[in-house]
Amino acid sequence: MGRRALLGMLALGGVGILWGAKAQSWMEETLRPLTTKDQTGLSSFLPSAGRFRIYTVTGGLPRRSDAAYRLTVDGDVERPATLDIADLRDRLPQTSLTRDFQCVTGWRVPDVPWRGVTLADLLAEVGVRPGATHVRFWSFDGVYTETLTMEQAQRDDVLIAHELEGKPVTSEHGGPVRLYVAPMYGYKSLKWLERVEVASALDEPSDPGYWERLGYDVDAWVGRSNGLDDTPT
Amino acid sequence: MTASSPTVVRFSRAQRWLHWSNATLFLVLLATGMTLYIPALSQVVGRRVLLRDIHVYSGLLLPVPLLVAYAGSWRESVRRDVRRLARWSVDDRRWLLSLGRRGRSRMGKFNAGQKLNAIFVAGCIPVMLATGSIMRWFDPFPLAWRTGATFVHDWTSLALLAVTIGHIGKALADPVSLRAMRRGTVPARRVELHHPRWWAEIRATDERSGVSSLDEGKQAATPSGTIGQRP
Repeated sequence: MGRRALLGMLALGGVGILWGAKAQSWMEETLRPLTTKDQTGLSSFLPSAGRFRIYTVTGGLPRRSDAAYRLTVDGDVERPATLDIADLRDRLPQTSLTRDFQCVTGWRVPDVPWRGVTLADLLAEVGVRPGATHVRFWSFDGVYTETLTMEQAQRDDVLIAHELEGKPVTSEHGGPVRLYVAPMYGYKSLKWLERVEVASALDEPSDPGYWERLGYDVDAWVGRSNGLDDTPT
Repeated sequence: MTASSPTVVRFSRAQRWLHWSNATLFLVLLATGMTLYIPALSQVVGRRVLLRDIHVYSGLLLPVPLLVAYAGSWRESVRRDVRRLARWSVDDRRWLLSLGRRGRSRMGKFNAGQKLNAIFVAGCIPVMLATGSIMRWFDPFPLAWRTGATFVHDWTSLALLAVTIGHIGKALADPVSLRAMRRGTVPARRVELHHPRWWAEIRATDERSGVSSLDEGKQAATPSGTIGQRP
Protein backbone atom coordinates (compact mmCIF):
# COMPACT_ATOMS: atom_id res chain seq x y z
CA MET A 1 0.00 0.00 0.00
CA GLY A 2 2.63 2.49 1.08
CA ARG A 3 4.91 1.83 -1.87
CA ARG A 4 2.06 1.88 -4.36
CA ALA A 5 0.73 5.15 -2.97
CA LEU A 6 4.22 6.66 -3.10
CA LEU A 7 4.81 5.60 -6.69
CA GLY A 8 1.36 6.88 -7.59
CA MET A 9 2.21 10.30 -6.22
CA LEU A 10 5.49 10.39 -8.13
CA ALA A 11 3.67 9.43 -11.32
CA LEU A 12 1.05 12.12 -10.73
CA GLY A 13 3.82 14.65 -10.18
CA GLY A 14 5.47 13.64 -13.45
CA VAL A 15 2.22 13.85 -15.36
CA GLY A 16 1.63 17.24 -13.77
CA ILE A 17 5.00 18.56 -14.94
CA LEU A 18 4.31 17.39 -18.50
CA TRP A 19 0.65 18.38 -18.76
CA GLY A 20 0.31 20.99 -16.02
CA ALA A 21 0.75 23.89 -18.43
CA LYS A 22 -2.33 22.71 -20.36
CA ALA A 23 -4.32 22.07 -17.19
CA GLN A 24 -3.32 25.49 -15.90
CA SER A 25 -4.52 27.38 -18.96
CA TRP A 26 -7.71 25.34 -19.07
CA MET A 27 -8.43 26.22 -15.44
CA GLU A 28 -7.62 29.86 -16.06
CA GLU A 29 -10.11 29.95 -18.93
CA THR A 30 -12.75 28.14 -16.92
CA LEU A 31 -12.35 30.16 -13.75
CA ARG A 32 -11.90 33.57 -15.37
CA PRO A 33 -15.61 34.51 -15.14
CA LEU A 34 -15.33 33.92 -11.40
CA THR A 35 -11.88 35.34 -10.71
CA THR A 36 -12.44 38.62 -12.55
CA LYS A 37 -15.59 39.29 -10.53
CA ASP A 38 -14.21 38.07 -7.22
CA GLN A 39 -14.55 40.82 -4.63
CA THR A 40 -13.21 38.81 -1.70
CA GLY A 41 -9.70 38.32 -3.06
CA LEU A 42 -9.92 34.65 -2.12
CA SER A 43 -9.29 33.54 -5.68
CA SER A 44 -5.82 35.05 -5.50
CA PHE A 45 -4.91 32.05 -3.35
CA LEU A 46 -5.69 29.69 -6.21
CA PRO A 47 -2.76 28.78 -8.44
CA SER A 48 -4.97 29.12 -11.50
CA ALA A 49 -6.31 32.58 -10.88
CA GLY A 50 -4.62 33.97 -14.01
CA ARG A 51 -3.92 37.20 -12.20
CA PHE A 52 -0.91 39.26 -11.29
CA ARG A 53 1.48 38.01 -8.70
CA ILE A 54 2.88 40.86 -6.67
CA TYR A 55 6.66 40.99 -6.45
CA THR A 56 8.49 43.55 -4.39
CA VAL A 57 12.21 43.33 -3.74
CA THR A 58 12.39 45.58 -0.68
CA GLY A 59 10.72 45.17 2.70
CA GLY A 60 7.06 46.07 2.32
CA LEU A 61 5.28 47.97 -0.38
CA PRO A 62 6.53 51.41 -1.40
CA ARG A 63 3.71 53.96 -1.21
CA ARG A 64 3.37 57.50 -2.44
CA SER A 65 0.17 59.53 -2.62
CA ASP A 66 -1.00 61.20 -5.82
CA ALA A 67 -0.53 64.59 -4.17
CA ALA A 68 3.07 63.88 -3.15
CA TYR A 69 3.99 62.19 -6.41
CA ARG A 70 6.58 63.83 -8.72
CA LEU A 71 8.28 62.41 -11.78
CA THR A 72 11.72 63.85 -12.52
CA VAL A 73 12.94 63.75 -16.10
CA ASP A 74 16.58 64.77 -16.41
CA GLY A 75 19.99 63.86 -17.78
CA ASP A 76 20.86 64.64 -21.39
CA VAL A 77 17.71 66.60 -22.13
CA GLU A 78 17.08 70.18 -23.26
CA ARG A 79 14.43 71.01 -20.66
CA PRO A 80 14.66 68.92 -17.48
CA ALA A 81 11.23 68.70 -15.89
CA THR A 82 9.45 67.69 -12.74
CA LEU A 83 5.93 66.50 -13.53
CA ASP A 84 3.06 65.91 -11.16
CA ILE A 85 0.23 63.45 -11.51
CA ALA A 86 -2.02 66.02 -13.23
CA ASP A 87 0.62 66.61 -15.93
CA LEU A 88 0.71 62.89 -16.64
CA ARG A 89 -3.07 62.37 -16.50
CA ASP A 90 -4.32 65.49 -18.24
CA ARG A 91 -1.71 67.74 -19.85
CA LEU A 92 0.35 65.28 -21.86
CA PRO A 93 -1.12 63.23 -24.75
CA GLN A 94 -2.79 60.03 -23.53
CA THR A 95 -2.32 56.58 -25.02
CA SER A 96 -4.28 53.40 -24.25
CA LEU A 97 -2.87 49.95 -24.79
CA THR A 98 -4.33 46.49 -24.17
CA ARG A 99 -1.79 43.69 -24.15
CA ASP A 100 -0.98 40.47 -22.32
CA PHE A 101 1.37 40.79 -19.35
CA GLN A 102 3.99 38.04 -19.32
CA CYS A 103 6.25 37.38 -16.36
CA VAL A 104 9.61 35.75 -16.91
CA THR A 105 8.70 33.21 -14.20
CA GLY A 106 5.89 31.87 -16.36
CA TRP A 107 2.60 33.49 -15.39
CA ARG A 108 0.69 35.55 -17.88
CA VAL A 109 -2.28 37.87 -17.47
CA PRO A 110 -4.29 38.15 -20.67
CA ASP A 111 -5.61 41.40 -22.16
CA VAL A 112 -4.54 43.97 -19.60
CA PRO A 113 -5.68 47.52 -20.45
CA TRP A 114 -3.16 50.27 -19.62
CA ARG A 115 -3.37 54.04 -20.02
CA GLY A 116 -0.67 56.66 -19.78
CA VAL A 117 1.83 58.76 -21.71
CA THR A 118 4.12 57.03 -24.16
CA LEU A 119 7.75 57.34 -23.19
CA ALA A 120 8.34 58.80 -26.68
CA ASP A 121 5.85 61.62 -25.99
CA LEU A 122 7.46 62.28 -22.62
CA LEU A 123 10.92 62.44 -24.19
CA ALA A 124 9.61 64.79 -26.89
CA GLU A 125 8.28 67.04 -24.12
CA VAL A 126 11.74 67.47 -22.58
CA GLY A 127 13.80 67.25 -25.77
CA VAL A 128 16.48 64.55 -25.99
CA ARG A 129 19.95 65.91 -26.72
CA PRO A 130 21.76 64.47 -29.73
CA GLY A 131 24.04 61.62 -28.79
CA ALA A 132 21.83 60.24 -26.02
CA THR A 133 21.85 56.45 -26.19
CA HIS A 134 19.99 55.11 -23.17
CA VAL A 135 17.22 55.84 -20.73
CA ARG A 136 17.52 54.75 -17.11
CA PHE A 137 14.49 54.40 -14.82
CA TRP A 138 14.58 54.78 -11.06
CA SER A 139 12.02 53.50 -8.58
CA PHE A 140 11.16 55.19 -5.32
CA ASP A 141 11.58 51.84 -3.58
CA GLY A 142 15.26 52.86 -3.59
CA VAL A 143 16.54 49.67 -5.21
CA TYR A 144 14.80 48.88 -8.45
CA THR A 145 16.30 50.35 -11.64
CA GLU A 146 15.89 49.47 -15.30
CA THR A 147 17.29 50.68 -18.61
CA LEU A 148 16.19 50.80 -22.25
CA THR A 149 18.17 51.75 -25.34
CA MET A 150 17.05 54.99 -26.98
CA GLU A 151 15.68 52.97 -29.88
CA GLN A 152 13.56 50.83 -27.53
CA ALA A 153 12.48 53.96 -25.64
CA GLN A 154 11.04 55.49 -28.82
CA ARG A 155 8.61 52.62 -29.48
CA ASP A 156 4.93 53.41 -29.32
CA ASP A 157 4.20 50.50 -26.96
CA VAL A 158 6.30 51.77 -24.06
CA LEU A 159 4.13 53.67 -21.59
CA ILE A 160 4.52 55.80 -18.49
CA ALA A 161 1.34 54.24 -17.12
CA HIS A 162 -1.00 55.71 -14.52
CA GLU A 163 -4.09 53.60 -15.21
CA LEU A 164 -4.49 49.83 -15.07
CA GLU A 165 -7.79 48.15 -15.95
CA GLY A 166 -9.58 51.51 -15.93
CA LYS A 167 -8.42 52.51 -12.46
CA PRO A 168 -5.42 54.43 -11.09
CA VAL A 169 -2.45 52.07 -10.70
CA THR A 170 -2.41 50.93 -7.05
CA SER A 171 0.82 50.68 -5.09
CA GLU A 172 0.95 46.89 -5.29
CA HIS A 173 0.96 47.24 -9.07
CA GLY A 174 3.66 49.93 -8.93
CA GLY A 175 1.52 53.06 -8.65
CA PRO A 176 0.79 55.82 -8.76
CA VAL A 177 2.95 55.75 -11.90
CA ARG A 178 4.96 52.91 -13.40
CA LEU A 179 6.72 51.97 -16.59
CA TYR A 180 5.02 49.52 -18.94
CA VAL A 181 7.18 47.98 -21.66
CA ALA A 182 4.59 45.95 -23.58
CA PRO A 183 6.86 43.77 -25.73
CA MET A 184 9.17 42.77 -22.87
CA TYR A 185 9.01 40.52 -19.82
CA GLY A 186 7.45 42.05 -16.73
CA TYR A 187 10.71 42.81 -14.94
CA LYS A 188 11.40 45.61 -17.49
CA SER A 189 8.16 47.33 -16.50
CA LEU A 190 9.66 49.13 -13.52
CA LYS A 191 7.26 49.82 -10.67
CA TRP A 192 6.99 52.97 -8.51
CA LEU A 193 8.68 55.12 -11.15
CA GLU A 194 10.13 58.39 -9.85
CA ARG A 195 12.89 59.35 -12.24
CA VAL A 196 13.58 59.04 -15.96
CA GLU A 197 17.22 59.79 -16.74
CA VAL A 198 18.45 60.20 -20.31
CA ALA A 199 22.11 59.19 -20.72
CA SER A 200 24.71 59.38 -23.47
CA ALA A 201 26.38 56.33 -22.13
CA LEU A 202 25.50 54.22 -19.14
CA ASP A 203 27.68 55.52 -16.32
CA GLU A 204 27.94 51.97 -15.18
CA PRO A 205 27.68 49.95 -18.35
CA SER A 206 27.86 46.84 -16.23
CA ASP A 207 24.64 47.81 -14.45
CA PRO A 208 21.74 47.67 -16.86
CA GLY A 209 19.21 47.18 -14.06
CA TYR A 210 18.19 45.34 -10.92
CA TRP A 211 16.99 42.04 -12.44
CA GLU A 212 19.64 42.09 -15.15
CA ARG A 213 22.25 42.24 -12.38
CA LEU A 214 20.66 39.04 -11.07
CA GLY A 215 21.10 37.34 -14.40
CA TYR A 216 18.09 38.16 -16.54
CA ASP A 217 18.65 39.32 -20.13
CA VAL A 218 19.15 43.05 -20.78
CA ASP A 219 16.97 42.97 -23.89
CA ALA A 220 13.90 41.33 -22.41
CA TRP A 221 11.77 40.63 -25.52
CA VAL A 222 8.96 38.23 -24.69
CA GLY A 223 9.64 34.96 -26.48
CA ARG A 224 13.11 35.97 -27.68
CA SER A 225 15.15 36.23 -24.48
CA ASN A 226 15.97 34.49 -21.25
CA GLY A 227 15.95 31.17 -23.13
CA LEU A 228 12.16 31.25 -23.33
CA ASP A 229 9.74 30.92 -26.21
CA ASP A 230 6.51 32.45 -24.92
CA THR A 231 4.10 33.93 -27.45
CA PRO A 232 5.16 37.59 -27.89
CA THR A 233 2.93 40.10 -26.14
CA MET B 1 -0.26 9.86 34.83
CA THR B 2 2.00 9.55 37.84
CA ALA B 3 5.74 9.46 37.52
CA SER B 4 5.91 5.79 38.40
CA SER B 5 3.45 4.40 35.88
CA PRO B 6 5.02 2.09 33.31
CA THR B 7 5.79 3.52 29.91
CA VAL B 8 6.47 2.21 26.45
CA VAL B 9 8.93 3.76 24.07
CA ARG B 10 7.00 5.04 21.11
CA PHE B 11 9.70 6.99 19.30
CA SER B 12 13.45 6.50 19.56
CA ARG B 13 15.81 9.44 19.76
CA ALA B 14 16.64 9.02 16.04
CA GLN B 15 12.97 9.09 15.13
CA ARG B 16 12.34 12.20 17.18
CA TRP B 17 15.32 13.95 15.61
CA LEU B 18 14.05 12.98 12.19
CA HIS B 19 10.57 14.25 12.99
CA TRP B 20 11.63 17.59 14.43
CA SER B 21 14.28 18.44 11.84
CA ASN B 22 11.79 17.54 9.13
CA ALA B 23 9.11 19.60 10.88
CA THR B 24 11.42 22.63 11.18
CA LEU B 25 12.31 22.50 7.49
CA PHE B 26 8.65 22.08 6.55
CA LEU B 27 7.59 25.08 8.62
CA VAL B 28 10.35 27.25 7.13
CA LEU B 29 9.31 26.09 3.66
CA LEU B 30 5.63 26.76 4.28
CA ALA B 31 6.31 30.20 5.76
CA THR B 32 8.70 31.34 3.02
CA GLY B 33 6.60 29.67 0.34
CA MET B 34 3.47 31.46 1.48
CA THR B 35 5.25 34.80 1.45
CA LEU B 36 6.45 34.16 -2.08
CA TYR B 37 3.04 32.99 -3.23
CA ILE B 38 0.31 35.00 -1.50
CA PRO B 39 0.30 38.56 -2.89
CA ALA B 40 -0.98 40.09 0.35
CA LEU B 41 1.96 38.57 2.25
CA SER B 42 4.54 39.27 -0.49
CA GLN B 43 3.82 42.95 -0.32
CA VAL B 44 4.05 43.16 3.45
CA VAL B 45 7.28 41.18 3.76
CA GLY B 46 8.98 41.94 0.43
CA ARG B 47 12.65 40.83 0.17
CA ARG B 48 11.75 38.41 -2.55
CA VAL B 49 15.25 37.29 -3.53
CA LEU B 50 16.29 36.54 0.07
CA LEU B 51 13.07 34.59 0.75
CA ARG B 52 13.45 32.64 -2.46
CA ASP B 53 16.99 31.61 -1.51
CA ILE B 54 15.94 30.54 1.99
CA HIS B 55 13.07 28.57 0.44
CA VAL B 56 15.25 26.86 -2.17
CA TYR B 57 18.04 25.88 0.22
CA SER B 58 15.66 24.64 2.94
CA GLY B 59 14.02 22.57 0.22
CA LEU B 60 17.31 21.07 -0.88
CA LEU B 61 18.05 20.17 2.77
CA LEU B 62 14.76 18.30 3.09
CA PRO B 63 16.08 14.82 2.24
CA VAL B 64 19.06 15.19 4.58
CA PRO B 65 17.31 14.22 7.87
CA LEU B 66 15.81 11.18 6.13
CA LEU B 67 19.17 10.09 4.74
CA VAL B 68 20.83 10.59 8.13
CA ALA B 69 18.07 8.59 9.83
CA TYR B 70 18.86 5.72 7.50
CA ALA B 71 22.64 6.11 7.67
CA GLY B 72 23.52 4.98 11.18
CA SER B 73 23.09 2.16 13.63
CA TRP B 74 19.90 3.89 14.78
CA ARG B 75 18.18 3.10 11.49
CA GLU B 76 16.37 0.00 12.84
CA SER B 77 13.69 1.92 14.76
CA VAL B 78 13.08 4.13 11.75
CA ARG B 79 12.85 1.23 9.33
CA ARG B 80 10.48 -0.69 11.51
CA ASP B 81 8.05 2.20 11.74
CA VAL B 82 8.33 2.94 8.03
CA ARG B 83 7.25 -0.64 7.43
CA ARG B 84 4.36 -0.22 9.87
CA LEU B 85 3.26 2.99 8.20
CA ALA B 86 3.33 1.42 4.76
CA ARG B 87 1.22 -1.58 5.71
CA TRP B 88 -2.51 -1.15 5.17
CA SER B 89 -4.85 -3.46 7.02
CA VAL B 90 -8.55 -4.17 7.05
CA ASP B 91 -8.68 -2.42 10.40
CA ASP B 92 -7.27 0.70 8.82
CA ARG B 93 -10.05 0.71 6.26
CA ARG B 94 -12.63 0.23 9.00
CA TRP B 95 -11.08 2.97 11.07
CA LEU B 96 -11.15 5.34 8.12
CA LEU B 97 -14.72 4.46 7.17
CA SER B 98 -15.84 5.06 10.74
CA LEU B 99 -14.11 8.45 10.51
CA GLY B 100 -11.72 7.66 13.30
CA ARG B 101 -14.29 6.34 15.74
CA ARG B 102 -12.36 3.08 15.68
CA GLY B 103 -15.48 0.94 15.33
CA ARG B 104 -14.55 -2.70 15.33
CA SER B 105 -10.97 -2.06 14.31
CA ARG B 106 -8.01 -3.22 16.38
CA MET B 107 -5.38 -0.59 16.04
CA GLY B 108 -1.65 -1.11 15.68
CA LYS B 109 1.00 1.46 16.48
CA PHE B 110 -0.35 3.93 13.92
CA ASN B 111 -3.90 4.69 12.90
CA ALA B 112 -4.97 5.06 9.28
CA GLY B 113 -4.88 8.85 9.45
CA GLN B 114 -1.28 8.81 10.64
CA LYS B 115 -0.38 6.37 7.89
CA LEU B 116 -1.99 8.47 5.18
CA ASN B 117 -0.33 11.60 6.55
CA ALA B 118 3.10 9.97 6.58
CA ILE B 119 2.74 8.48 3.10
CA PHE B 120 1.42 11.72 1.66
CA VAL B 121 4.17 13.85 3.17
CA ALA B 122 6.82 11.32 2.13
CA GLY B 123 5.49 11.32 -1.43
CA CYS B 124 5.40 15.09 -1.51
CA ILE B 125 9.10 15.43 -0.73
CA PRO B 126 10.40 14.08 -4.08
CA VAL B 127 7.55 15.73 -6.00
CA MET B 128 8.22 19.14 -4.44
CA LEU B 129 11.98 18.73 -4.84
CA ALA B 130 11.64 17.89 -8.53
CA THR B 131 9.09 20.57 -9.38
CA GLY B 132 10.86 23.17 -7.25
CA SER B 133 14.17 22.43 -8.95
CA ILE B 134 12.59 22.78 -12.38
CA MET B 135 11.11 26.12 -11.33
CA ARG B 136 14.45 27.38 -10.02
CA TRP B 137 16.81 25.89 -12.63
CA PHE B 138 14.52 25.89 -15.64
CA ASP B 139 17.16 26.41 -18.34
CA PRO B 140 17.61 22.82 -19.50
CA PHE B 141 13.88 22.08 -19.64
CA PRO B 142 11.13 22.91 -22.12
CA LEU B 143 9.20 26.02 -21.15
CA ALA B 144 5.95 24.11 -20.65
CA TRP B 145 7.65 22.01 -17.98
CA ARG B 146 8.29 25.13 -15.95
CA THR B 147 4.62 26.11 -16.05
CA GLY B 148 3.65 22.49 -15.36
CA ALA B 149 6.09 22.25 -12.46
CA THR B 150 4.74 25.51 -11.03
CA PHE B 151 1.21 24.13 -11.34
CA VAL B 152 2.09 20.94 -9.47
CA HIS B 153 4.20 22.78 -6.88
CA ASP B 154 1.40 25.29 -6.17
CA TRP B 155 -1.41 22.77 -5.76
CA THR B 156 0.70 20.30 -3.80
CA SER B 157 1.78 23.02 -1.41
CA LEU B 158 -1.84 23.99 -0.81
CA ALA B 159 -2.59 20.35 0.02
CA LEU B 160 0.50 20.14 2.23
CA LEU B 161 -0.54 23.30 4.05
CA ALA B 162 -3.97 21.79 4.77
CA VAL B 163 -2.46 18.47 5.90
CA THR B 164 0.12 20.21 8.10
CA ILE B 165 -2.53 22.35 9.77
CA GLY B 166 -4.56 19.18 10.41
CA HIS B 167 -1.50 17.37 11.74
CA ILE B 168 -0.56 20.17 14.15
CA GLY B 169 -4.20 20.55 15.22
CA LYS B 170 -4.43 16.83 16.00
CA ALA B 171 -1.15 16.91 17.92
CA LEU B 172 -2.21 19.88 20.04
CA ALA B 173 -5.52 18.17 20.78
CA ASP B 174 -3.70 15.10 22.13
CA PRO B 175 -1.02 16.08 24.68
CA VAL B 176 -0.01 12.47 25.33
CA SER B 177 0.85 11.90 21.67
CA LEU B 178 2.62 15.22 21.52
CA ARG B 179 4.71 14.25 24.53
CA ALA B 180 5.55 10.95 22.87
CA MET B 181 7.08 12.89 20.00
CA ARG B 182 8.89 15.23 22.42
CA ARG B 183 10.11 12.77 25.05
CA GLY B 184 9.69 9.42 23.35
CA THR B 185 7.41 7.49 25.70
CA VAL B 186 3.72 6.82 26.16
CA PRO B 187 1.96 5.25 29.15
CA ALA B 188 1.78 1.48 28.76
CA ARG B 189 -1.84 1.55 29.82
CA ARG B 190 -2.73 3.69 26.86
CA VAL B 191 -1.06 1.31 24.45
CA GLU B 192 -2.90 -1.60 25.97
CA LEU B 193 -6.24 0.17 25.66
CA HIS B 194 -5.95 2.00 22.38
CA HIS B 195 -3.35 0.11 20.36
CA PRO B 196 -4.18 -3.55 21.02
CA ARG B 197 -2.36 -4.80 17.97
CA TRP B 198 0.82 -2.92 18.85
CA TRP B 199 0.50 -4.11 22.45
CA ALA B 200 0.35 -7.66 21.18
CA GLU B 201 3.43 -7.07 19.04
CA ILE B 202 5.33 -5.78 22.05
CA ARG B 203 4.30 -8.73 24.22
CA ALA B 204 5.19 -11.22 21.54
CA THR B 205 8.64 -9.74 21.05
CA ASP B 206 9.28 -9.62 24.74
CA GLU B 207 8.32 -13.26 25.13
CA ARG B 208 10.36 -14.40 22.19
CA SER B 209 13.52 -12.64 23.29
CA GLY B 210 12.96 -13.57 26.88
CA VAL B 211 14.24 -10.26 28.09
CA SER B 212 13.19 -7.20 26.31
CA SER B 213 12.97 -5.49 23.13
CA LEU B 214 15.75 -3.52 21.83
CA ASP B 215 12.99 -3.54 19.38
CA GLU B 216 12.02 -0.05 20.18
CA GLY B 217 15.53 1.33 20.04
CA LYS B 218 18.11 2.27 22.61
CA GLN B 219 15.57 4.20 24.62
CA ALA B 220 13.94 0.95 25.52
CA ALA B 221 16.97 -0.51 27.18
CA THR B 222 15.42 -0.54 30.61
CA PRO B 223 15.77 -3.68 32.74
CA SER B 224 12.22 -4.78 32.20
CA GLY B 225 12.37 -4.33 28.46
CA THR B 226 10.05 -2.29 26.39
CA ILE B 227 7.81 -1.71 29.29
CA GLY B 228 9.85 0.15 31.83
CA GLN B 229 9.60 2.60 34.62
CA ARG B 230 9.81 6.20 33.62
CA PRO B 231 13.06 7.67 35.00
